[in-house]
Amino acid sequence: MAANGIVKSAVKRLVWLGVLVVAIAGIVFGGVLAKAPGASFVPQLALDLQGGTQIILTPQLESGKTVTLDQLNQAVAIIRQRVDSTGVSEASVNTQGNNNIVVSIPGKPSNDTLKLIEASAKLQFRPVLATSAGVATSSVGNPSANPSASPSASAAQTTSSAPIATSSASPSNPSDLNYVTRAIQNQYEALDCANSFRKPGQVDADNAPLVTCSTDGTAKYILGPVEIQGSDIANAQAGTQTSSTGVSTGQWVINLAFNDKGTSEFAATTKRLYPLSSPQNQFAVTLDGYVITAPQTNAVITNGSAEISGNFTAESSKSLANQLKYGSLPIGFTVQSAENISATLGSQQLSSGLLAGGIGLLIVVIYSLFQYRGLAVVTIGSLVIAAVVTYIMVAFLSWRQGYRLSLAGVTGLIVSIGITADSFIVYFERVRDELREGRALSTAVDAGWSRAIRTILVSDGINFLAATVLYLLTVGNVRGFAYTLGLTTVIDVLIVVLFTHPMLQLLAQTRFFASGHKFSGFDLKNMREVAYVGRGQFKVSERVSATKVAKTSKEAVKRQTIAERKAGETKGDAN
Amino acid sequence: MSRYSDFGNALYSGERSFDFISRRRFGFIASIIVAAAAVLLTFGVHQGFNFGIEFKGGSQFQLTTTNSNSEVIAQDAVHTVLPATAQVNVAHIGTDGLRIQTVKLDANQSESVRQAIAKGFGLPANQVASSFVGANWGADVTSKALSGLLWFIVLAAIAMALYFRTLKMSAAALVALAHDLVITAAVYGAFGFEVTPAAVIGFLTILGYSLYDTVVVFDKIRENTREVEFSESATFAERVNLAINQTLVRSINTSVVAVLPVASILFIGTLLLGAGTLRDISLALFIGIIVGTYSTIFVAAPLYSMFREKEPKFAKAAAKVLAAR
Repeated sequence: MAANGIVKSAVKRLVWLGVLVVAIAGIVFGGVLAKAPGASFVPQLALDLQGGTQIILTPQLESGKTVTLDQLNQAVAIIRQRVDSTGVSEASVNTQGNNNIVVSIPGKPSNDTLKLIEASAKLQFRPVLATSAGVATSSVGNPSANPSASPSASAAQTTSSAPIATSSASPSNPSDLNYVTRAIQNQYEALDCANSFRKPGQVDADNAPLVTCSTDGTAKYILGPVEIQGSDIANAQAGTQTSSTGVSTGQWVINLAFNDKGTSEFAATTKRLYPLSSPQNQFAVTLDGYVITAPQTNAVITNGSAEISGNFTAESSKSLANQLKYGSLPIGFTVQSAENISATLGSQQLSSGLLAGGIGLLIVVIYSLFQYRGLAVVTIGSLVIAAVVTYIMVAFLSWRQGYRLSLAGVTGLIVSIGITADSFIVYFERVRDELREGRALSTAVDAGWSRAIRTILVSDGINFLAATVLYLLTVGNVRGFAYTLGLTTVIDVLIVVLFTHPMLQLLAQTRFFASGHKFSGFDLKNMREVAYVGRGQFKVSERVSATKVAKTSKEAVKRQTIAERKAGETKGDAN
Repeated sequence: MSRYSDFGNALYSGERSFDFISRRRFGFIASIIVAAAAVLLTFGVHQGFNFGIEFKGGSQFQLTTTNSNSEVIAQDAVHTVLPATAQVNVAHIGTDGLRIQTVKLDANQSESVRQAIAKGFGLPANQVASSFVGANWGADVTSKALSGLLWFIVLAAIAMALYFRTLKMSAAALVALAHDLVITAAVYGAFGFEVTPAAVIGFLTILGYSLYDTVVVFDKIRENTREVEFSESATFAERVNLAINQTLVRSINTSVVAVLPVASILFIGTLLLGAGTLRDISLALFIGIIVGTYSTIFVAAPLYSMFREKEPKFAKAAAKVLAAR
């Protein structure tokens, strides 16, 4: 049976490999044909090799204030994490002079990316004091001037209900209507959400009321002082809302978990708001001064978890969750300039690297021909397939994940292809070991494989662990490295299981290899004649000491398998 | 090939055998001397590591020019003031801007470099703006990388302990890993090469390679020492030694195959381009691969044997085996 069954399963594996390669190549090809943004047969290159865009950010400060070095460094760290959250492009973020932050990213950034970088992402919770539709109203006490159409439920209140502080007493809690002074009232009535009313990077005082609009401009609000800061958010995740019956409503929301401080503050706020009447039982979630959502308090929430809903898409909810998770910038920034920047390394570096790597791999091919003779077909084949699969995967991931190849990455890939070869070497040496034990080639291939795959899996497993841990915990270049390491490790296992092993199984069926031809790399005769003199005795050279003779022959007898014994006997008969 | 395969056969059967285990003292001493010398050179001769612009920040000069040969002019101008080994990054900004970054300079040096650059481009000095830039591989990147590394080492130790069923293999493997990292890092310190992000990436690659190589050999040791306490023919230490010998051909082949492309990049890259990213990364890899292979054979495996051969069950079995000889 064996031969036929082995051939079948080997061919099946090769077909699977073919299907896999063609499928990924097909997706890339489809992407290029459909002109999907970023899809290309040529992997995208990183900043050092291709250049990109250099964005200079300047802080927006209240007049008279300056930015501290600590604040700048903190902002750099946060921006780096935000940029990293969009993919593995290895952007560079650093400070320049005493004020500016320079962000260099490969390629042309989209508007979304620019927004992600410069948004301060200051999230705050404030109680609602008054709300109405987002258009200007004429004068106080003239309810007829109100627009009749109320665009949203939360904007159903009319200006007539906007109260003016009845006394000049200082407010006793954040929901106290005494915050609404004459000046605030006027500002509120004059506000038209269709106009831009906030300066970019405007800083609001936390302990004063705030007059502002919702992000979509349909409603305007008077809000009390800040009750909870976004910095008290321990974690933020985007997801779809689930109804009380556990069915997804398909609406994108952000789930927040507060830290201890936030949890107790949130409990206190919801406790105070719950008994109040509308709209004072609402609290507003503001992002950079705009109201994202202003839900009513339906319960006192003491477990520190909250859900923010709004007009989110999958993209915008994820981007906001990342901004919240990595923290708000200590200061607001605006883009001062965004200009092209050239590659920092000459194109010579890449071409010399590729040339040298190519020559190196060629030497590897020659070495393996010398070492493994006929088997080099499998080694070289495996290396070529590994290189092709790596190339396709890099092209695929640079489209889907924003993966960019830096010079360090290119070198790493060339080296890793060399290291991939170790799997074949481990495997071949194990097969040779089995041959030395006296097995026939086809059984030796199977026995060697079952031992080799164990070693390959555990050693690659450790490498993959390294890659995963580093990818999850680090930022910037190290993260890019971890990605490359993980990628090549997976490809290594893939190639050895789906190419090297089936190829060897097939070759073991041919006469050239099975007979142990001199050039097959499994030169059986050579191995047995040297190692065995028959009947489980090892041939011993004169230099070897007497104790070692005893040891090795004992060892040989003890470890002799039936196959060995048979091999030994055949040999003995032949003599 | 036949000679080399004879060699492999002889190693496999035990006919030919190198005494890695019983002569381990030499390997240990050699490693300690090399590591100590490297550390001494790094911190005694040089003042620690020489970190590049990306880590420490630097000085930046900006000007407007349409000169097509600006990179060479900029490099030459900077090198009239700073030593020729100093890192100089040149990039074009927009259509006619040029950005030149160097290591951090003091006010005097900065002024001289500014003059030199202005002279090189034939501009008045006031058209070259100078400022400082912060590190783009800042403290936050480093601290995250270190915590990632620490977590990885802890998890790898646990994973190995679970797979090999002994903590002593993890301990031996980690000592060898530390050995490799110290020696590879010290190459930069000892020669005073600038540590760049590319060098760090090369360094991390070595971390993976070193551990990988150790695990491959340890797996053979695991196989060979199974139930060795019941063997009447071989002691624990001998079985470990046999495993090293049996995997020796693999170790040699693997390191040759892994080091060939690196060596090619190192020598061709350095010959064609001199110092630069290519040399930084390939040097770390070249040294690391050789040291990584060496340490598995001369440090990790002997150390493992040393940790375990004194265990009562192995010591008792070994005494019996030796007495019977």
